[in-house]
Amino acid sequence: MRYLVTIPALLMLALVLSACGERAEPESDVPVQRWNLPEVIFTEDGRPDPSILAPVQVLHRGNGTQPQGLDPHVTEGVPSSNVQRDLFEGLLSRAADSSIIPGVAERWEISEDGFTWTFFLRENARWSNGDVMTAEDWLFSFRRIVNPATGSRFAILLNPILHAEDIIAGRRPVEDLGVRVIDDFTLEIDLEAPNPLLQEVLTHSLASPVHRPSIEAHGDRWARPGSMVSNGPYMLEELAMQSHIRLVRNPYYWDNDNVIIDEVIFYPTEDLSAELMRYRAGELSWTYEVPNTQFNWIQANLADELAVSDWLGIYYFGFNTTREPFNDPRVTKALSMAIDREIITDKLTRFGQRPAFAFTPPGIPGYEPPAPEWAAWTQDQREEHARALLAQAGFGPDNPLRLEIRYNTHEDHRRISLAIAAMWQQSLGVYASLINEEFRVFLNTRRQRAVTEVFRSGWIGNYLDPMYFLELFFTDNPQNDVGFFNPEFDRLLNRAARAADLEERLGLLREAEILVLETQPFAPIYTYVSARLVKPYVRGWEPNVLDQHPTRFMFLLRQDPVRQGAD
Amino acid sequence: MLPRYILKRLLGAIPTLLILITIAFFLIRIAPGGPFDEDKALPPEIMANLEAKYNLDQPLVIQYFLYLGSVARGDLGPSFQYSDFTVNELIAEGFPVSIRLGVSALFLALLFGVLIGTIAAWRQNSRLDYALMGSAMTGIAIPNFVLAPILILLFAVYAGWLPAGGWGGGAARNMVLPVIALALPYMAYVARLTRGSMVETLRSDFVRTARAKGLPEWKILGKHSLKVALLPVVSYLGPAAAAIITGSVVIEQIFGLPGMGRYFVQGALNRDYTLVMGVVIVIGLLIVVFNLIVDIIYALIDPRIRYE
Repeated sequence: MRYLVTIPALLMLALVLSACGERAEPESDVPVQRWNLPEVIFTEDGRPDPSILAPVQVLHRGNGTQPQGLDPHVTEGVPSSNVQRDLFEGLLSRAADSSIIPGVAERWEISEDGFTWTFFLRENARWSNGDVMTAEDWLFSFRRIVNPATGSRFAILLNPILHAEDIIAGRRPVEDLGVRVIDDFTLEIDLEAPNPLLQEVLTHSLASPVHRPSIEAHGDRWARPGSMVSNGPYMLEELAMQSHIRLVRNPYYWDNDNVIIDEVIFYPTEDLSAELMRYRAGELSWTYEVPNTQFNWIQANLADELAVSDWLGIYYFGFNTTREPFNDPRVTKALSMAIDREIITDKLTRFGQRPAFAFTPPGIPGYEPPAPEWAAWTQDQREEHARALLAQAGFGPDNPLRLEIRYNTHEDHRRISLAIAAMWQQSLGVYASLINEEFRVFLNTRRQRAVTEVFRSGWIGNYLDPMYFLELFFTDNPQNDVGFFNPEFDRLLNRAARAADLEERLGLLREAEILVLETQPFAPIYTYVSARLVKPYVRGWEPNVLDQHPTRFMFLLRQDPVRQGAD
Repeated sequence: MLPRYILKRLLGAIPTLLILITIAFFLIRIAPGGPFDEDKALPPEIMANLEAKYNLDQPLVIQYFLYLGSVARGDLGPSFQYSDFTVNELIAEGFPVSIRLGVSALFLALLFGVLIGTIAAWRQNSRLDYALMGSAMTGIAIPNFVLAPILILLFAVYAGWLPAGGWGGGAARNMVLPVIALALPYMAYVARLTRGSMVETLRSDFVRTARAKGLPEWKILGKHSLKVALLPVVSYLGPAAAAIITGSVVIEQIFGLPGMGRYFVQGALNRDYTLVMGVVIVIGLLIVVFNLIVDIIYALIDPRIRYE
């Protein structure tokens, strides 16, 4: 009896101790699952051989936060887009490697002057209720996006289309939008200016078509199970808030024969450790992210299932150049040069992020991000030069620079800010104090440009266009938190926005980026990676810089029983 | 007499709720940032379109009265964040989950808390008592955001007996771990409370009389002493119910449960004004109701208290 009762107490103690172990040290006796998977064989037409497929094709995907909603025109955010890309198909679509492929438009032509794009639609494209898709559906959808009454947060993506900007601002009627129906299966889009990257915009989930009769029948409630009609490989079966979103195969999808996964279930899990647990328990076969704090453990135990790839995003520290002394490029350059980026990527972020010296991340076809000459120097050289620059600007041991680093409350940002503050103090004698703010408070302070000095920021590309990154420094951009102002830069961006030729456009953008890098109104720190755990039996997806992974190309391998004792 | 008392108490709650709504309404508006502030800044035209759509372009006082009006009609407004849903719908989905979780945890905490506390008091200052109270102290000291992942690790990841998360439509196996994680700290607290007042009761005259009369021990403990000893536990129920409901915020997050608590935190972070207000009102109502129930139970147990 006496021993029996001490068991709960001992158990508690064991629990506490095991909790400590979980965080700090990789466990050694973790049950690692062994996989016995068939070799992947493809048939002649490039499809996975049926013999290697699992009998049940249901994919369980971790999906970050609860999506705002499923109406592609109204919502924003990666979790929503992930689901919408399975539910809807745009005029153009993306392959597993994220290259652009025909979507509902079988092919498209660009007029000689570059102002008009003509799309030839598939005649076998159907809505999930069997209705035929016509050019009228597209006219309705594009007009709905730019209509101010829709309240679309991302409508400005369609700004390249003729009059879109004026319609969004309420200065013109929706009917003026440069989208024309030629016949049932031909659609024309007129542009404000030639834009060789319109195709990038058209693959965004915002540019999805919506089913007019459903919207007219159900109003704001159309994007729910039972009332949503979509046109993608999947359709909405179940939407349980904060629990899961279940999509099933759309039998009317034009390429349904090539879709293998029957059902995909998206799970919102904000808590990354909880998501990891659910993955380990086999409830998820694909995680949204991995917790940084578990890096050691994952490396030791699940390295084979960790999928890391470059992601089109930049982590940077901005300087508020509307304030002294950050209006002096010598100061901002010195601060940027004194950051030892490799220490941050090797010791802090650790998942393979790359040190950055430009603002546009690598990965955009045809665009080589420019690097300042000091990118090639050793860190000692950079620091020496930085000290000289700072001295020229009037700061030194007698008059040390004091500044504030502001970041939104998050463990990763805090650690990076601390490291950078230490680097600045060590190499430049700069005294930095840290201030953290809750995310939306922080966004507000940053935008006001009144009290910020140095602030943490990040920017992730939604499509492959350097403009998406560089327009942040356009004088009037609401996101120009660094307060960069250079008429020459604005001119280059305006010219690039009207260049019909892709090479010319990218050339002008590169020139603009060199210009902004010269004064370093920000210190680029590293480019992002996407890191997630994927069960080895999930195949058919490919790493890509947009981190977009349509379920329609994936398949699940058969799992053969593991023989006991076989090692 | 009882119905009149209940009615009186409920009517008395209206001013309380009104004050709660007013404070919460203006408090969340004071917080910098708005529901449409995202990492990617919206152009002013789009911001204007959105604000017009949700009446946010009106003066704050007008918005306040508009809101009061719609609450009086039982309409908690649209959610800014989850644009496809109204707050009524979100709460209607999340409320049953949170309540089931909370009531199960409260029940578990009471049942085992009282049992453990009684046993500990009965064997006062024995090793059994020390072991139980030691465990209880540990239970109080471990916050549930630490306990929950450990339970998941042990029972879902290693043993594989129970799911690591999800609601599964409210299946029992999905409820086990979250309910235990939520209940343990309260169970421990209830055990300590029960032991304390039980020890005192067991020393009182009427227990001595009962023992002298030769009543069986279980009758003394279970019938006579417990009724008296439970008074402090009952009065703890009101705050405990409130704490369990707010405590479920963390548990819902860790176990990925579709409860109402999650909306509270996310709503506040997202400046989803209507959603936060909706949850505040529901939790406020719940606390009022729980306190009322506690007062009624109190009066039932203790003949010295009567409804006034």
